[in-house]
Amino acid sequence: MSDEIEPRDESREIQRREPIGDPGLPEHQYRPQDVDESQARRTERQISAMFLAAALLFVGFCVIYVTVDADTTFLGWSAQNVGFGFTLGTALLLIGVGIIQWAKKLMGDHEIIEMRHPARSSDEDRAEVLGDINAGLEESGIGRRPMIRNSLLTALGALGLPAVFLLRDLGPLPKDQRVTVWKKGMRVVNDVSGMPLKPSDLQVGQLVNGEPAVFFEEDSEGNRVYEGTELLQAKSKAAVIVVRMRPEAIRAAKGRENWGIDGILCYSKICTHVGCPISLWEQQTHHLLCPCHQSTFDLADNGKVIFGPAYRPLPQLPLALDSEGYLIAVSDFPEIVAPSYPELARDQKKLAEKS
Amino acid sequence: MYAALAPKPATAETITSRDVEAGRQLFEIGCASCHGTNAEGIETTRGNNYGPALVGVGAAAVDFQVGTGRMPMAQAAQQAPRKDVEYSAKEIRELSAFVASLAPGPAIPGKEYTDTSKASVSDIREGGEIFRTNCTACHNSVGAGGALPGGKYAPDIRDVSAKHTAEAMITGPQQMPVFSDEVITPEDKRNVIAYVQKLNDQPGYGGIGGGGLGPVVDGVFAWIIGIGGLAGFAIWIGAHGARVKKR
Amino acid sequence: MTATPEYVAVENTPLGKKAAGPVGWLDDRLGLAGLAKKNLRKVFPDHWSFMLGEIALWSFVVLLVTGVFLTFWYQPSMSEIEYAGPYTPLNGLEMSQAFQSTLKISFEIRGGLLIRQIHHWSAALFVAAMIVHMLRVFFTGAYRKPREVNWLIGLGLLTLGIIEGFAGYSLPDDLLSGTGLRFVDGLMRSIPIVGSYLEFFIFGGEFPGNEIIPRLYMAHILLIPALLLGLIGAHMLLLVFHKHTQWPGPGRTEDNVVGYPMLPVYAAKAGGFFFIVFGFTALMGAFLEINPVWVYGPYNPSEVTAGSQPDWYMGFVEGAVRVMPNWETTFFNYTWSWNVFIPGVMLLGLMFGALGAWPFVERWITGDQAEHHLLERPRNAPVRTAFGVAGMTMYGVFWIGGGNDIIATKFSLDIYTITWFVRIGIFVLPVLAFMITKRICIGLQRADANSILHGYETGVLERSVDGSYSERHAPLPVNDQFTLTTHDRLPVLEAPVEYDENGVPAPGSRAARARAWAQRFYYDGTVDKPTVEDVDHALEHLSDHDGHPVALGEDFQGVSETGIPRVH
Repeated sequence: MSDEIEPRDESREIQRREPIGDPGLPEHQYRPQDVDESQARRTERQISAMFLAAALLFVGFCVIYVTVDADTTFLGWSAQNVGFGFTLGTALLLIGVGIIQWAKKLMGDHEIIEMRHPARSSDEDRAEVLGDINAGLEESGIGRRPMIRNSLLTALGALGLPAVFLLRDLGPLPKDQRVTVWKKGMRVVNDVSGMPLKPSDLQVGQLVNGEPAVFFEEDSEGNRVYEGTELLQAKSKAAVIVVRMRPEAIRAAKGRENWGIDGILCYSKICTHVGCPISLWEQQTHHLLCPCHQSTFDLADNGKVIFGPAYRPLPQLPLALDSEGYLIAVSDFPEIVAPSYPELARDQKKLAEKS
Repeated sequence: MYAALAPKPATAETITSRDVEAGRQLFEIGCASCHGTNAEGIETTRGNNYGPALVGVGAAAVDFQVGTGRMPMAQAAQQAPRKDVEYSAKEIRELSAFVASLAPGPAIPGKEYTDTSKASVSDIREGGEIFRTNCTACHNSVGAGGALPGGKYAPDIRDVSAKHTAEAMITGPQQMPVFSDEVITPEDKRNVIAYVQKLNDQPGYGGIGGGGLGPVVDGVFAWIIGIGGLAGFAIWIGAHGARVKKR
Repeated sequence: MTATPEYVAVENTPLGKKAAGPVGWLDDRLGLAGLAKKNLRKVFPDHWSFMLGEIALWSFVVLLVTGVFLTFWYQPSMSEIEYAGPYTPLNGLEMSQAFQSTLKISFEIRGGLLIRQIHHWSAALFVAAMIVHMLRVFFTGAYRKPREVNWLIGLGLLTLGIIEGFAGYSLPDDLLSGTGLRFVDGLMRSIPIVGSYLEFFIFGGEFPGNEIIPRLYMAHILLIPALLLGLIGAHMLLLVFHKHTQWPGPGRTEDNVVGYPMLPVYAAKAGGFFFIVFGFTALMGAFLEINPVWVYGPYNPSEVTAGSQPDWYMGFVEGAVRVMPNWETTFFNYTWSWNVFIPGVMLLGLMFGALGAWPFVERWITGDQAEHHLLERPRNAPVRTAFGVAGMTMYGVFWIGGGNDIIATKFSLDIYTITWFVRIGIFVLPVLAFMITKRICIGLQRADANSILHGYETGVLERSVDGSYSERHAPLPVNDQFTLTTHDRLPVLEAPVEYDENGVPAPGSRAARARAWAQRFYYDGTVDKPTVEDVDHALEHLSDHDGHPVALGEDFQGVSETGIPRVH
């Protein structure tokens, strides 16, 4: 290649530098259907059979709809679900496979070449657009009359204010995050049944999922004090677990020595990580595991975190006995229950001051 | 009413002193090496339990541990797994009688715990509430079991007999907490058992389930079956079929 | 070419006669012929990997269709009522109307359960297909100029798809979805300073409040689908405008696109694929149970089940949250919950930020200003591929973290051990994956160069006069050689001028130095394709004395252990 011809354009130059030249599209190869009409007719019949089978299956769907009732089972599954799904799914699949088979076997098979053009517009177009924008800006006088521009921007900026204010009533401002419905003298009762608990009811190794008694109480008119969403809201902070272990196993921190009764301790059931209810209690190790993210708390050691992503120990509810010998709370939780929030540190201080 | 439901001491049943004696002999052969000749327990030199004391655990604990094959343990492990039962029903009764004779403890639960045949719709609903509040955290919403730290686990409870389920609740085997009759009454326990039975008697409405394991299995199905299958179709669509030489 | 029919003017064909009227009527009013003429026979290249995005598209259509069906009965209300439906184990239980109506759809509406399951499977497939499609685009470099904007739109679609899925997961108000919302509540609370306000405004009070389900419903059926539709439209428009990328091959260049016309072949293939996706998900809905809400029961904040997990696309966040160390600090009287904020919020931001920045970072490193319409094989961009695999590894390790409890029960492992494995593996394994992948890529590049320069092993063993054995090599077919060598040549790396002649650092030299370093890192070890001279030289070796290439020359003496032909 010693000829002196200069490459005309870039692509040819690249072509020249490429180790292997483009051999061009290979010769077209034919499908059996292109060559043999009987093959093509067979394929046509196959595809039509798929479409007709699909139509039949759709009818079958309707037959199942009116004949099979909800209780019937098929191989231990709901016969309706299997019947509907099988007929619908298979029919749709047959339609899809048929159409694609049609495209692959019978439709035109010659590959087509289309040229690409750079995504960018031509230089003239660009120049024209820039010119237009410039003319528009110039004619509007936005550059020359800054007062108009700035006051408009101010007005548009102020439009954000009503937008923000309108969202204000999405919800109340944060309040009462640090308190729960527990208060002095409230009985700890068994969840679901609402039965109050006596120390003698609990054996060593026992776990009771408890709630404050108020959830099972009715007001003077016979309505439940907490109902519906309010109940769920209150529950999501006030649920507790009561456990009993051997008193000698408990290593109560200073000031907590008399928060339990004969080895019976009460802790918040709500994980301090992101708030899952925790009750995976290992009675021999006294560890409590959260099923959501595996934070582990040692209930014999003041609810200390011994593994996992939770930072704060599990809050403990101080217990006492009322005159009838049932377990009651001495106060609300001295520590904040449920997941951390930005104001927690401040709220915790307030709680500490109160007690 | 309550007194009638309270567990009676195991000795009140038709257990004879001959049973106790036979149980003692079985115990000395099969259990004493870990639990001590008088079931007083054996401590390791480090002060850990080699085999715990069995005085006062009652017939229910023995019936559960031996009746589900957990005892005798094949080797030291974090947790005794359920396996083939090694003792006959008669031998289990004798072993239970011997351990129950050492000190009073919970008896093998009777029909009031296990007879779910008359459970009403509201009983089952109540049982479901108790189950979801107390049990699902470890045993999962269908009873398929779950993980605990250190290789321990809450076992699958779906094919456990009503008697053994009730015994587990009463005695709190291994890491499982105790659910005493005073808090979860025998009737409550029966309702829980009825709920789990009812739940697992329901047809699998939606088809093949992931064994009650939830979204993890769903995700595995979505990727392997869903994306795998549809990518397979895509490969078929993109493939160029048979070609022939044109005559 | 006898198969091509002789050209007949369209007015004279039967169809042309029939269609002229309606087409004329429409075009008189809409003037669409100009647009249609460019696009009806638009060419799309054929390759299975180009259809992965289509799975996502059709899943989305299935979601719209099935979703409309579900809205006929679903009630987005959190007010509590007593259940009295046919599913007896829950009879008489207090539950939200949302959960009750979900049970109604599952047990009382014929086909309701099937449509619910199709909807849920399609949702899982929608996100999965988007990710698979994104991986295809990433590993083939299809996001390069001019397609960066479409890459960003795709990322927006993925983000919205994940949020949309999560909103849908929460709507049935069963125990799992409520637990998921509880987690989101904790996530919001962890956002510094404004956390409590976010919680109270979004939930309409303290968790769970009365509002979250109606609000999520609005987002799930109106806001997010509308955004998704708009972005999908833009995504497709740009696809049509740019024309699809294609794999290199004979006759396929940067300047053309080779394939089948939209009408009829591609329309049929795409349309057929819609039915396949719909049919396939319907079969999944028929035979595979997903999210049996009746088993979980209604949400109750004091109940939870073992194996509480989000749907798979939130699994990596869940894993990160599970393995995060328990960091929480107090600054300026505010509590900062790093243990939730870093894995829950920042990780997502980092992941999407890194993905969005990648095309621009890569362009900054390579300095490549050209348009690219030919796809790059993953091996020819070893560092990109290695980064991609490292990212996938990290994602996978987080997944393991998210399923640690299920893995622990199913494989009898210690859950803490798995957590520690993830904590360490999240840093170590991606690095290992990076190094291994890069090595593999470079090895494959060498193999490619080898097969061009030394031909392929024919399997023909020859014994020479002196008794040694050798295997004949023959040159690859020229089409294959061309395909293998159609990729960018490595740029010449120049050390940046750091100081001018007076010893003063050149302006911008810090950036230039960083770029030079990045460039060296990016191209380190990459094998360039053979030059013209290399190929000419190799051809000589593979030729006989007469210069004919294929017949193996007499001086061809086989391959040594190192793979280098012993010639001469």
